[in-house]
Amino acid sequence: MPQIFHHSTNTLARVTIFGAAFLVAAALGAATLLDRSAYWTRQTEVLKQPVPFSHDHHVGGIGIDCRYCHTSVENAAFAGIPPTATCMNCHSQIWADSPTLEPVRESFRTGQPLRWARVTDLPDFVYFDHSIHVAKGIGCVECHGRIDRMPLTHMASPLQMRWCLDCHRHPEKRLRPRAEVFNAKWEPPANAEAMRAQLAEEYRVTSMTDCSTCHR
Amino acid sequence: MATETRTTADSPLVAPGHTTATVTDKIAAVVLQSTPRWFYPAFGASFGLLMLFMYAVTILFAKGVGIWGVNNPAGWGFAIVNFVWWIGIGHAGTLISAILLLLRQKWRQSINRFAEAMTLFAVACAGIYPILHLGRPWLAYWLFPYPATTGVWPQFRSPLIWDVFAISTYALVSLMFWYVGLIPDLATLRDRTQNRIARVVYGMMAMGWRGSAAHWHNHDTACILLAALATPLVVSVHSVVSLDFAAGLIPGWHATIFPPYFVAGAIFAGFAMVITLAIPLRAAFGLHDFITERHVRNMAKVMLATGLIVNYGYAIEIFIAWYSGNEYEQYMLTNRVLGPYRYIWYSLILCNVVATQFLWSAKVRSSAVAVWVVSMFINVGMWLERFVIVVTSLTRDFMPSAWGMYYPTRFDYFTFFGTIGLFLSLMFLFVRLLPMISIFEIRTLLPKARAKEKSA
Amino acid sequence: MSESDRTDAARYWRGLEERTPDAALQVQLRPEFTPQADVAPQGLDRRHFMQVMGASFALAGLGACTRQPVEELVPYARPPEDLVPGRPLYFATALTLGGFASGVLVESHTGRPTKIEGNPEHPSSLGATDRFAQAALLDLYDPDRSRAVLHLQRIRSWEAFLQVLEPALEAQVPLQGAGLRILSGSSTSPTLAAQMQRIRARFPQARWHRYETVSRDGLRSATLAAFGRYVEVRYDFSQADVVVALDSDFLTTGPGCVRYAKDFMARRRVREGQYGMSRLYCIESTPSATGAVADHRLSLPPAQQLACAFALAFECGVHGTGVLGPAGAGDLEKWRQIIGLDLREHAGRSIVIAGDESPVELQALALAMNQRLGNLGRSVIVSEPIEVEPTSHIGSLRDLVQDMRAGQVELLLVLGGNPVYDAPADLDFTAAMAKVPLRAHLAFAEDETSESCHWHLPLAHELETWSDARAHDGTVSVMQPLIDPLFGGKSMHELLAVVAGDKERNGIDIVRRTWTERLGADFDTRWRRILHDGVVAGSEEPLLPLELQRDSLTQLFLGVASDLAPRLERRNDSLEVVFRVDPTVHDGRFANNGWLQELPKPWTRLTWDNAALLAPATAARLGLANEDMVELEQGTRKVRAPVWVLPGQPEDVVTLHLGYGRRRVGRVGTGAGFDAHPLRTSAGLVHASGLRLRPTGEQVKLACTQLQHAMEGRHLVREGSLSEFRDHPHFAQEMGHGVHAPTSLYPGFEYEGRAWGMVVDLGACTGCNACVVACNAENNIPVVGKAQVRKGREMHWLRIDRYFEGSAEDPRVVQQPVMCMHCENAPCEPVCPVGATSHGKEGLNEMVYNRCVGTRYCANNCPYKVRRFNFLQYADQETEVLKMLRNPDVTVRTRGVMEKCTYCVQRINQTRIQIKKEDRPLRDGEILTACQQVCPSDAIIFGDINDPNSKVAKLRQQPLHYGILEELNTRPRTTYLARVTNPNPERGAAAGHAGDVRGH
Repeated sequence: MPQIFHHSTNTLARVTIFGAAFLVAAALGAATLLDRSAYWTRQTEVLKQPVPFSHDHHVGGIGIDCRYCHTSVENAAFAGIPPTATCMNCHSQIWADSPTLEPVRESFRTGQPLRWARVTDLPDFVYFDHSIHVAKGIGCVECHGRIDRMPLTHMASPLQMRWCLDCHRHPEKRLRPRAEVFNAKWEPPANAEAMRAQLAEEYRVTSMTDCSTCHR
Repeated sequence: MATETRTTADSPLVAPGHTTATVTDKIAAVVLQSTPRWFYPAFGASFGLLMLFMYAVTILFAKGVGIWGVNNPAGWGFAIVNFVWWIGIGHAGTLISAILLLLRQKWRQSINRFAEAMTLFAVACAGIYPILHLGRPWLAYWLFPYPATTGVWPQFRSPLIWDVFAISTYALVSLMFWYVGLIPDLATLRDRTQNRIARVVYGMMAMGWRGSAAHWHNHDTACILLAALATPLVVSVHSVVSLDFAAGLIPGWHATIFPPYFVAGAIFAGFAMVITLAIPLRAAFGLHDFITERHVRNMAKVMLATGLIVNYGYAIEIFIAWYSGNEYEQYMLTNRVLGPYRYIWYSLILCNVVATQFLWSAKVRSSAVAVWVVSMFINVGMWLERFVIVVTSLTRDFMPSAWGMYYPTRFDYFTFFGTIGLFLSLMFLFVRLLPMISIFEIRTLLPKARAKEKSA
Repeated sequence: MSESDRTDAARYWRGLEERTPDAALQVQLRPEFTPQADVAPQGLDRRHFMQVMGASFALAGLGACTRQPVEELVPYARPPEDLVPGRPLYFATALTLGGFASGVLVESHTGRPTKIEGNPEHPSSLGATDRFAQAALLDLYDPDRSRAVLHLQRIRSWEAFLQVLEPALEAQVPLQGAGLRILSGSSTSPTLAAQMQRIRARFPQARWHRYETVSRDGLRSATLAAFGRYVEVRYDFSQADVVVALDSDFLTTGPGCVRYAKDFMARRRVREGQYGMSRLYCIESTPSATGAVADHRLSLPPAQQLACAFALAFECGVHGTGVLGPAGAGDLEKWRQIIGLDLREHAGRSIVIAGDESPVELQALALAMNQRLGNLGRSVIVSEPIEVEPTSHIGSLRDLVQDMRAGQVELLLVLGGNPVYDAPADLDFTAAMAKVPLRAHLAFAEDETSESCHWHLPLAHELETWSDARAHDGTVSVMQPLIDPLFGGKSMHELLAVVAGDKERNGIDIVRRTWTERLGADFDTRWRRILHDGVVAGSEEPLLPLELQRDSLTQLFLGVASDLAPRLERRNDSLEVVFRVDPTVHDGRFANNGWLQELPKPWTRLTWDNAALLAPATAARLGLANEDMVELEQGTRKVRAPVWVLPGQPEDVVTLHLGYGRRRVGRVGTGAGFDAHPLRTSAGLVHASGLRLRPTGEQVKLACTQLQHAMEGRHLVREGSLSEFRDHPHFAQEMGHGVHAPTSLYPGFEYEGRAWGMVVDLGACTGCNACVVACNAENNIPVVGKAQVRKGREMHWLRIDRYFEGSAEDPRVVQQPVMCMHCENAPCEPVCPVGATSHGKEGLNEMVYNRCVGTRYCANNCPYKVRRFNFLQYADQETEVLKMLRNPDVTVRTRGVMEKCTYCVQRINQTRIQIKKEDRPLRDGEILTACQQVCPSDAIIFGDINDPNSKVAKLRQQPLHYGILEELNTRPRTTYLARVTNPNPERGAAAGHAGDVRGH
């Protein structure tokens, strides 16, 4: 009886069989990586905004306090996005006729709000509260990164649940004095460990990992 | 149990007058000959059912499990009943191949091949349900432990997680066992088929089997190893499935007897299904020489034995309900016997208790038709048993105010009959494309071979 | 599936159900086999099917891949004052029913009202509300509200209407308004009163007619007979040791019911060493919620009931009364003496109260008894009328119909109400109205009346309008809008201002005008205070010292005696019919409110339908069972209705609830129930005899939320009489099986810090359902519809179980609110494969919707069956206006996820964050769950059980305290206080007490 297969098929068979195993493994690995990638989380993506607002200039440069615009950050869940009126406080004098700011002026004239694209966006089933984090001595930069160095704002953290949990399981690692919460440039002192332990004590910081802390 | 001497005393496992060649011809012919006329309507019908299944599942995914009859308090319905039923059926194969192999039961050799096939297909049908019955089936993968970005893992305390492992392992091992067993016969088909394409396909699947002594040696070792691997699974799988219920606190679920009782039930159901399939197929392809009356008798005996264990399970449930003095357990029992679903329970007793007793009589055991009828009763009875456990217990548990009724909708029926269609379709394809009886193992049963074996 | 298959299948499965060997009550139940006609796609062609198939498999496969979509942030251009985004604001206003106000505080999220709470300052509320006030929110956002002015069904503008109305009014001026008629419901609004006077000034001949289904005419005419003038009667239950209710549902319906429930239950709160307790007798012609909590309940046909009241009055020494017919013999005789004695012993500290719907005879008897017992001025307070220009509604409506027939009416303005639907059948209102040349109807939604009017004008919701109204005790509230009219509705005041020819045409000016006149000096501060408090301090009506006019009453009673005698000999061939407004949809005004439609009614637990209620004996005699369709015939008029067999219903009496069978109503109310009005004549508004009943052999399907009515001897609801409680206080705990030493493979939870717990006082619960609606509103719980309720898929996180005890003829009812028990050993937790339900540090049993895959294992394993599953997409995510309704602090669930009571975890979290920021400990009672906050009788108490001084911790020490199914070692955090009743020792046994409740 004639041979059906050339003897090379033996090697071919072996290669395919073992190859398949690796292929599957590789695919799974790729999926896992993609899941964590900045592409997937949109972490570094710069979204199109009606006005190219620069935190770098306003915070880093001029040194405006976060709370000047994000007024409710200390007493509400939502930090607050400044109404057009706030922009116009300054920009009715400064750059009063710069074309880039035209949308702002128009909004102020017509009363039609500016429509910003949301940069830092949690899923709707997550109930995050700015005020309590600020009150417990978690600095803005812990989640928003060095916002004071962002000419165009982008997300600084993956905002994935395991990332949230990292801190919620060991909150003391991220503490800073309440006075420094809004100071993006703050550097932890040499004795950071001791100081944070002492702050955790003082601010009664506890690890909150109940599901209902964020989901309800 | 049966020893060599007893085997020889008993009627032979292969009708006299067969040689290696005739055996091979006869069995290979089933695959190689042109398709018999009855095949088309039969396969067509089961394929139709399969399409019905596709329809039902489409609507299910589009609308949600609300299209079924499930409700409060009956959170589980047909889906889980069918799941347990199929898993049960999926037990005979591995039992026959693994345990009986280790026990050197020669008679298994002519039925193990399609028993294993049947197992695979039944497990396939069963495996579908746990996913379909989810409220959000597209998240089924959350039940597998994988490094998720949420930083949380499945809850390993939950019996449903144990299911995931038990069933996937079982499916995998059964598949390997079945395939390894097929290799020599695939080679036979490769060598015998006239069709070029068929030859290539069989050739690939045969993985270059040449039947050399070395091959045979490896093959036997592999079989024994897999058998050893599969044996505990036979017991574990249905024990784990039974824990889905036993771990709950619903009266009628919360019972320590469940694991053994479920395993026995599974083997019971499995053998019933083997008979249900074997006898018609034997008639269809005239394989009486290989699946002899003795095979039927032996399987009937196994059914009787396991059936009695199951009956004992029923008895114990009743006894414990009374003995525990627990008002909820006792109500559970009264509800089964006198409640709204009592006719289901009566039918269950008729099928699994009464019908089984006929197998005591040697006359019944030696009549293929009679045994087949009994096996049909048992197939039905085992489904009813699961219905009683799941639905009757759930609809009336602790709070009378929350009691309800479960009414299956047409989609429940579609899905159920749909999986039967899936099962049959696969079965039909199998008998047409692969040798449904292990040729090489039958060869070893031939007088010549056995003589050699003795001398050795 | 073809029709025939369905019925076949039905027969098979129904066969099983019908042979249920349960209590007699159970036998009559008949659920059907419901194929999924409602969810299966209709007429799916191949192309579409392939699309669906493709889509659904894609969904199944890729549904998991969720890359965060880009969303928008839209700040204000100019921010409003004192609004912090994400922080709710609360405003005080009031809601009215039948004209009477109950004060509310409305939670507003960035300008949209999301939750209604009671106003603690308001005398009719004291912080609680009834079910209707809770549901008002859904009415506000009802997508079926009318959205435009219609003229003959064509859309027009308000101005267009004015261009028609104003000339018509001008034309009336020379006639002094002889052709002008205004029809409305009762009102207590000072502003409306002022406007009416101005309208009179302009049109002296114009007339203002009043009509409501619940007219309270009986009480008005009774006061007329008793005092020779209209007065208002209110009650002080804190002063009452003995209460006799004659067909009165004072605990759950009518003006002041919330306050009454609070006061009444405060007098029944018994604790260890504190045994003072009032006693309630109910003598009623149809089972009421109040009857369910009575210590003794007599269920009698109207005639016997009147005779009984008559005899009771005689017992109390009321002139002109006497003992007639059955009241003079057998059991009723004994009852008469016992109750009479009890009343006399508590003279001055008792109340005899007749229902809002009761006829004049009962009302007069009640007044006379109260006067004779010296209750007037003590527990029963008579004051100046609260309503504006009180009048007999039925008389007023009759006059209007006559004038319209006579063609004297040229311009008819119908302000609210729906007379075409609910006017007495014999008046033939519709035909009469057709004679009016110009008819306009100001209504909340297009209804039967607006259909037969030329103009339909959208009425603004009370949460959208400026107005004012008075409480049951006369206290005035100014109502302020929470939001601009969503669909450009107008208020009554705004329309009347046009009629009066005032220059103030918009709400605020009209109301301010009234109040500038009233407040005078220092208006702004006082006005602001009134708006802030929601009440005008000290504006309640003072007690009026009046002498009862004995003669006129005696006349009335003699009249009663003479025509009662013939009514008392029963004709066997006919039945008596009793009309009541529905406990959930009221007079039909809430027919399009899903929360109320799906609310199980007390006693029947029916949803989405009314039914002809029959006593078991009567049903057996007529060979009828639940869901049998019958034809009811009264004189020449016929109505078809389904039968519901109700234990406790008096024999040979058919109760029909009004408010259903609306012909022209929104998508929710369409097809719900039957209309009983055709049988209701001006002569028999409350009850009538001579009803004929004919089985049609047909069946309909009703949606009842509870199929099992007996407790099966399980100690779920535990109760005992006061004497039992005194003798062995721990009786309730002794009923249980006791808990075995908790043993577990897993280490138990440590609860340092807080541990949440809830105690439900079964003795205080009236089963009024307010908590259930409050829970719906607070937690975005979807309405599922009749078909789904029939399948047992209602989503209520909080249900009120109802069990019957004793005989089917004279059963006792026990009720039990059941919500998640937040077990410390929760059976649901270990079985979830993905850990979607887990245990919180403070003992909350948490449900994580976004983690749930929907195995439903947790629900199966929950012995209390309090978990609810979204079998389909129940939450409406399409309708825009409904999105405004949602509570932003609670996730809106999608299909395929489990949900359940969370102890209002959103409220807990908000307070926790608050106290952490303020760095202070939690104050007891600082966190109120929605059900607790709304409960009129304070039956629900929530708090930290680890704080020994908290209310809840103390209650858990009470001897009455027990948990249900504790023998399963679930260690529930939600526990109960056993119910203690106060039966008259003379009759304790006969009334069937704890003895047989305790069962085996």
